Amino acid sequence: MKSSAGQFRFWAIGLASVWLTLFVFFPNLLVILTSFLTRDPQATVSLPINADSYVRTLDLLYLQVLWDSLRMSLLAMVFCLVVGYPFAMAIVSLPKRWQPVILFLVILPFWTNSLVRTYAIQFILGNQGVINKALLGLGFIDKPLQLLYTQFAVILGLCYILLPFMVLPLYSALEKLDVRLHHAAKDLGAGPLSRFWHITVPLTSPGIVAGCLMVLLPAMGMFYISDLLGGAKNLLLGNVIKTQFLHTRDWPFGSAFSVILIVLLGFMLWLYFRAARFVSKQGGLNGSDF
Amino acid sequence: MNEPRALLNLNNLSKTYGSNRVLDNFNLTIFDGEFFTLLGPSGCGKTTVLRMIAGLEDTDTGNIQLDGQDIGQVPAEKRPINTVFQSYALFPHMTVFDNVAFGLRMSGVAKEEIAPRVTEALEMVRLGDFAQRKPAQLSGGQQQRVAIARAVVNRPKLLLLDESLSALDYKLRQQMQIELKRLQRKLGITFVYVTHDQEEALSMSDRVVVMNKGKVQQLGSPREIYEQPANLFVAKFIGEINQLDGEIVEIDGNHEYEVKVEGLKWRLHAEHNFKVGDKVNVLLRPEDVRVEYIDDPHPDQYLVGTVVERNYKGKTLDSLIRLPSGIEVIASEFFDEDDPSFDYSLNQKVAIKWVPGWEVVLPYEV
Repeated sequence: MKSSAGQFRFWAIGLASVWLTLFVFFPNLLVILTSFLTRDPQATVSLPINADSYVRTLDLLYLQVLWDSLRMSLLAMVFCLVVGYPFAMAIVSLPKRWQPVILFLVILPFWTNSLVRTYAIQFILGNQGVINKALLGLGFIDKPLQLLYTQFAVILGLCYILLPFMVLPLYSALEKLDVRLHHAAKDLGAGPLSRFWHITVPLTSPGIVAGCLMVLLPAMGMFYISDLLGGAKNLLLGNVIKTQFLHTRDWPFGSAFSVILIVLLGFMLWLYFRAARFVSKQGGLNGSDF
Repeated sequence: MNEPRALLNLNNLSKTYGSNRVLDNFNLTIFDGEFFTLLGPSGCGKTTVLRMIAGLEDTDTGNIQLDGQDIGQVPAEKRPINTVFQSYALFPHMTVFDNVAFGLRMSGVAKEEIAPRVTEALEMVRLGDFAQRKPAQLSGGQQQRVAIARAVVNRPKLLLLDESLSALDYKLRQQMQIELKRLQRKLGITFVYVTHDQEEALSMSDRVVVMNKGKVQQLGSPREIYEQPANLFVAKFIGEINQLDGEIVEIDGNHEYEVKVEGLKWRLHAEHNFKVGDKVNVLLRPEDVRVEYIDDPHPDQYLVGTVVERNYKGKTLDSLIRLPSGIEVIASEFFDEDDPSFDYSLNQKVAIKWVPGWEVVLPYEV
């Protein structure tokens, strides 16, 4: 007879496995299969099996989109890191009882739908938006600046939506950082900047990589941001996929792009786990306190 | 022998956390080249003193002078002082080599000089073959030795060791005590060691300061502290001690007194000045107590007690003997190979005495 703990484990793992099989494994399998089929106006997709869709993605136009969206996502990632790292350090330096409050405030915007928040950015950046009105009113400019429907707007939108995903892993990495290592580094002659580069950064590298991936991976696919803020010119990979499925109705081609995106993201995750393994072999500190 | 040269002066150091006075007008001079130990129970302020010397803790009042220079305003990273931390605090993401090289790199030592110096330091702690390991791949004792190498490689004027051996098991600790002492002699660096372990303090140090509640209780050589404790706290903190109540009944001059202890009059020596009628504590180390069979002839006077406990310790036989007043005395005796009958049975009446002059007489404290 099984113990109740054993039964619980059986059902918990069983349910999770069924869920993952039905809603993750099969859909992805279908996407991969679809990417090797042929577009069919009547039946959506049909045989024969071929790799034409993949060949078509090599078109210069799409490579340009891939490159553009990668660049915008990377810029958003770098910006989030540059803003998020000091921010997370500031949270960690606060008294313990204030930290959850600030973290709560970081998460609070999630309570509003991100689409709604993106529209809000539209209102702020538009020709009749808050920024332009203010600048015009103060006399700094004569005619409105073109802020909306630019690459800048897309990157700003990505940063705004994704910044919490950078801050949270950085916070958890910095929070675990042992202050005694800083004392040791200080004792050995390392000034504030050296301590940051030689101790803080390497030891929080899993948090840095995690945060970067959490920004970069979704950024590539966030089509509504570029739809609302980027206009027709500044496309993300997500826009291409959306267009292929909803407008052009070329499912194999859309699927091929999806597969490329997944492989790209998988590669980045692999990099992350390598970085995490590099630091997880920790030691050299015993439990007692200085 | 030359007059010892003062390396470090601590003048009137005080520190208060909230309402807790951790250090109270603390003064200390540490000489160049000595093995100095700060000894005391946890919370006595010894670690605070160490952290102040290292520069990891601010002082409320007072100043710290190294080689005659006030270093109070010098940040920790600029002080020619290194610390072996209790937690070792090795950098987990660096190899043993990089850990040891860290201080040299930070102070801008020439590249070609770093490798030989690191290798030399690792050889010295017998970890030459471990340079490319990560700290997590080392045992506690090895990590400890890396921490020592990482500190001494910088050739500091002063090496601070914070309870550095407390995390090791007994055998390893004893071995490291000897190694530390050997290292200190070889390097000639001044060691300041913090510990709550009195045995460690006695066996390694040239001088010891015993601290309690942020104040110096006694400063002296291990022998002075063990044999002539300045007060009851020191006497009780260092080793085991028997405490008998006494009263001064006569002054014989020149620190000689007639003292009434357990109903008998004893002629005792005391460093303190007492007057007739003063209550005193008469303290005896267990190994100074003599226990004899009561049937033997006794030329001197003795106390009579009952054996209530026998504790075989291997090297010694420890007996707990209850005196008529109810006070219990521990006597620790070495086995006499020539006397196979050397043993006591429980409830046996025995005679207790001690070599005159080996007792310590202090003013009465509860």
